[in-house]
Amino acid sequence: MTIAVRNIAKYFGSFCAVDNVSFTVEEGELVALLGPSGSGKSTILRIIAGLETPDSGEVFITGRNVTDLTAQQRKVGFVFQHYALFKHMTVEKNIAFGLEIQKRPKREIAEKVSELINLVKLQGYEKHYPAQLSGGQRQRVALARTLATEPAVLLLDEPFGALDMKVRQNLAAWLKELHDKLNITSVFVTHDQSEAIEISDKIVVINRGRVEQMGNAHDVYEHPGSKFVASFIGQVNVVDASIQSNKIFIKDTDYTIDNISDIPNGSDIVVLIRPEDITLEEEPGVHRLPCTIKQVHYRGSFYELDLELGGFSIKALENKNSFRKERWRENQSAFMHIKHYKVFETEEGHSLIREQLRQLGYIE
Amino acid sequence: MRTNNTGRLLLTTLVVGWFAVLILLPVYGIAQETIKSGLSLALSSLNTPHARHAFLLTFWITITAVVINTVFGIIIALVLVKQKFRGKLLIEGLLDLPFAVSPIVAGFMFIILFGPHGWIGSWFEGQGIKIIYALPGMIIATLFVTLPFVAREVMPVLREAGLEQEEAAYVLGASPWQAFWRVTLPSVKWGLIYGITLTVARSIGEFGAVIVVSGNIINRTQTATLHIHQEFTDFNYAAAYAAALLLAILSFTLLITMQTLNRRTNES
Repeated sequence: MTIAVRNIAKYFGSFCAVDNVSFTVEEGELVALLGPSGSGKSTILRIIAGLETPDSGEVFITGRNVTDLTAQQRKVGFVFQHYALFKHMTVEKNIAFGLEIQKRPKREIAEKVSELINLVKLQGYEKHYPAQLSGGQRQRVALARTLATEPAVLLLDEPFGALDMKVRQNLAAWLKELHDKLNITSVFVTHDQSEAIEISDKIVVINRGRVEQMGNAHDVYEHPGSKFVASFIGQVNVVDASIQSNKIFIKDTDYTIDNISDIPNGSDIVVLIRPEDITLEEEPGVHRLPCTIKQVHYRGSFYELDLELGGFSIKALENKNSFRKERWRENQSAFMHIKHYKVFETEEGHSLIREQLRQLGYIE
Repeated sequence: MRTNNTGRLLLTTLVVGWFAVLILLPVYGIAQETIKSGLSLALSSLNTPHARHAFLLTFWITITAVVINTVFGIIIALVLVKQKFRGKLLIEGLLDLPFAVSPIVAGFMFIILFGPHGWIGSWFEGQGIKIIYALPGMIIATLFVTLPFVAREVMPVLREAGLEQEEAAYVLGASPWQAFWRVTLPSVKWGLIYGITLTVARSIGEFGAVIVVSGNIINRTQTATLHIHQEFTDFNYAAAYAAALLLAILSFTLLITMQTLNRRTNES
């Protein structure tokens, strides 16, 4: 049960929502389509389901070209962001809907429904109407309704987007568990990178209707293939720098981050540093940069520090256990050690990248 | 919010008083008049051949108008809510025309169109079919005045229900027809019932348009409301009051039944 999308494109008027997108989902995989809102990820999912018609390109499910089939004929499972439960039907009736359409025998439907009610842990709610359920319960009914017809593939459109944080995390973990149990090929759309990293086998990063990068969570996070991916997957610090005598200098300062040889001297670059890749030291040393602690925020399991380095504000994260709060005060000088960083040449121009990051809310 | 109590009481009193004067008092008046002239007289006046014919005619016109306008009302609502096309706003505006045009004006429009010498009527006349001063004309007039009710009541509910439930039905394997019967129609059920109720009430009560196109021929084209008017102008007040009371009771029962049904479903 694989899904293959080949060169699909979709225009809404003159706006290009999906631009020549191709990717493959292997048997039993749980793939995340990750991107900011308006990036076209939901449209891609709806094209796979047959709810939108692509202007060009093809969709294959289990090797079969389904591009010209209607949603009714494709028999994929689709879970909507706002549940789309049938409001006038009870939980039971909602789950039974697909089976009743298939005209299965009554006894079989009843058995299947009660089995699914158990699976989504909604025993006792059989006769309730959607309006009487919480958001998390509704989403579980939606999932049960979709699973009832045993679809070949499962598509989920921002499945937890409308839920609050706590419920969302529980449900995401539960979905992962369910997926591992049923082993059904699944694609879900999300704008939440932590959700994608947590539960997916593979992440397809979508930006402006195009695939930016594909890979497993670790690859995408540790080896971002573009500035966009680096900044979108996880929080990131953006520092302007330049290369002089094979060293990375922070813009307009004498501070060097590291030695470098593969970028010619005189180039302007952007250095992206993840907050968790920064450690604070009291003593100066090689590649330790003098900085000032502006603020220390307690965030429960970790501390978030606002630092100033050569005119740039930098965020750093320190683990609660390793961070000795009594050592650090606000407005104190310290030295930062950058364990990992990623360099991008600014051939597109600084302003463009910064504008992109600003739009995404990563810098002010 | 203690200070607001007096104000609230005043408003409640105003509403109740307004209803009493405008709705309850007139009904009470008719009931009083009917009883005063004697119940047996009232009953016998309702049992004359032309009274029976008038009520029966109203019944058939109402049934026909409701069936046709329910089907068309749903189609109009579906098209106006779900489809995009040029001139949609114009159509939506025209939908309210029957509310805005006086029924008597509507009646004259149909005479011009369907009368024996009218544009369309003359052709039918040639086929030996009478439209004006006959049942078809009365049905057309009733259809016109009740056109907006179902569509107008269904449209907002349809809009609110959105597209997602239907899309969910499609991906679960339903055909457009199955999605309509199992998902769309039940989700607009209350708007539809309300629209039908209003259509029935208006069909029963329509006077202006019908009197123009019917010719008001006793035992042929006289509906219940025309019958009441006839009895009244003939100074048969007892018969007029009795028929009016019956008509009022029918409409009230209809509305109250619908309200009760609605409340009961909402509570369950």
